[in-house]
Amino acid sequence: MNEIFIIDYKAGNLTSVKRALDYLEIRNKFVSSGDELHGAERIIFPGVGHAATAMAVLKERGFDVALREAFEQGTPIMGICLGAQIVLSHSDEGDTACLDLIEGNCLRFEPEDKSLKIPHMGWNAVAVTQPHPILKDLKPGDEFYFVHSYYPLPSDTSNIYATCEYESTFPAAIGYENLFATQFHPEKSGRIGLNLLHNFARWDGTV
Amino acid sequence: MLSKRIIACLDVRDGNLAKSIKFVNTKDIGDPVAAARRYYEEGLDELVFYDITASSDNRSIMIDVVSRVASQVFIPFSVGGGLRTVEDCGKVLLAGAEKVNVNTAAVQNPQLIAEASCAFGAQCVVLSMDVRAVEPTPDIPSGYEIVIRGGRTPMGLDAIEWAKQGEDLGAGELVINSIDADGTRAGYELKLTRTIADAVSIPVIASGGGGRPEHLYNVLTEGHADAALVASILHYEEYTIRELKDHLHQRGVKVRMNW
Repeated sequence: MNEIFIIDYKAGNLTSVKRALDYLEIRNKFVSSGDELHGAERIIFPGVGHAATAMAVLKERGFDVALREAFEQGTPIMGICLGAQIVLSHSDEGDTACLDLIEGNCLRFEPEDKSLKIPHMGWNAVAVTQPHPILKDLKPGDEFYFVHSYYPLPSDTSNIYATCEYESTFPAAIGYENLFATQFHPEKSGRIGLNLLHNFARWDGTV
Repeated sequence: MLSKRIIACLDVRDGNLAKSIKFVNTKDIGDPVAAARRYYEEGLDELVFYDITASSDNRSIMIDVVSRVASQVFIPFSVGGGLRTVEDCGKVLLAGAEKVNVNTAAVQNPQLIAEASCAFGAQCVVLSMDVRAVEPTPDIPSGYEIVIRGGRTPMGLDAIEWAKQGEDLGAGELVINSIDADGTRAGYELKLTRTIADAVSIPVIASGGGGRPEHLYNVLTEGHADAALVASILHYEEYTIRELKDHLHQRGVKVRMNW
């Protein structure tokens, strides 16, 4: 099993992803610049925080170019939370131009029911909408841990692999070719979440 | 729709698990890391650790506990007790906690909430408050007063006002702990919980008094709480997490049933 490179761009607490991989005995290391990403065979792109801040740091460290190169070379990449948002073309958060690996936009939750709280924080059920090797073990009613105020919306619905309900239906997992990304936190979602990381570590990047 | 959460509270003193009863007598009952791991495997949704270590010399023991928990427990957990500065909060987050829990220090210095919220994000900051029922006065119109220092010092501060202020300052969640109900196992303080849950738009976690599955049901429905904190009913093995969740699930409360 090849080593997973975790992109470190000072966006929130990245150590929880590392701890989960360590527990699963999956080799991993942090990389803090685009240069260090060259030769990566597998990449996790985590993060929490503001889209504009994250994009600024990614560019400053050369990750924007290096991630696109890795994506075009077919390297398996997994985005988590903010990492599932800034792979799209644009985020409404700070009106930010993003990485544009998948065409689409990130929108803020605007529930009509004002008793629904923002951020959407806690456990919620995720339904698989089309098969994906990383989601192969999911069963109806499986729940994952979410913390977010924005959600990713790919332009092409064929890029949506799983959805979640919060007043309306929103994409919980998206993907395109060798890129797969979850809005929820698999590293904080118990055994069912860890299984996704396990599956990613063995994924060949094809759907 | 989000599931209602069951959160286990683990009081830790000098690195050992303890459960306070009316904040007076404490009895050590084991290793917090082992307990956390067991509850995680049994389907718990979230954990909170309160460091009740008296001496600041022993604070580093707690950081070690946090780090060991984070290496083997893969659900969110928060840490509170003795966090006085943004730096204190940063240490427990870096050790692997998802959230910090502030209480006394936030009452004494409300800017701590704003500073921590700004530094780490509102979702990381849980404002925990100890509340006692009193005769309503002009300063405490709701009849619920904030007390600090583990229930020893009344502050002349209205709990409803403090909850709203905490939200405005940037807290992402509230823990409402009823001193009157704590340790009684006679049920949560429903009126207090509901009053605060209806007054704010951030999640509210009910604490104190949970002794039976129906107590959780009551506070998650009638009490409008988003989560229920439990301690002794788990620590003394009176109910399993599965039993608590089965009860809630059968009565139509959405809880996480697969793990």
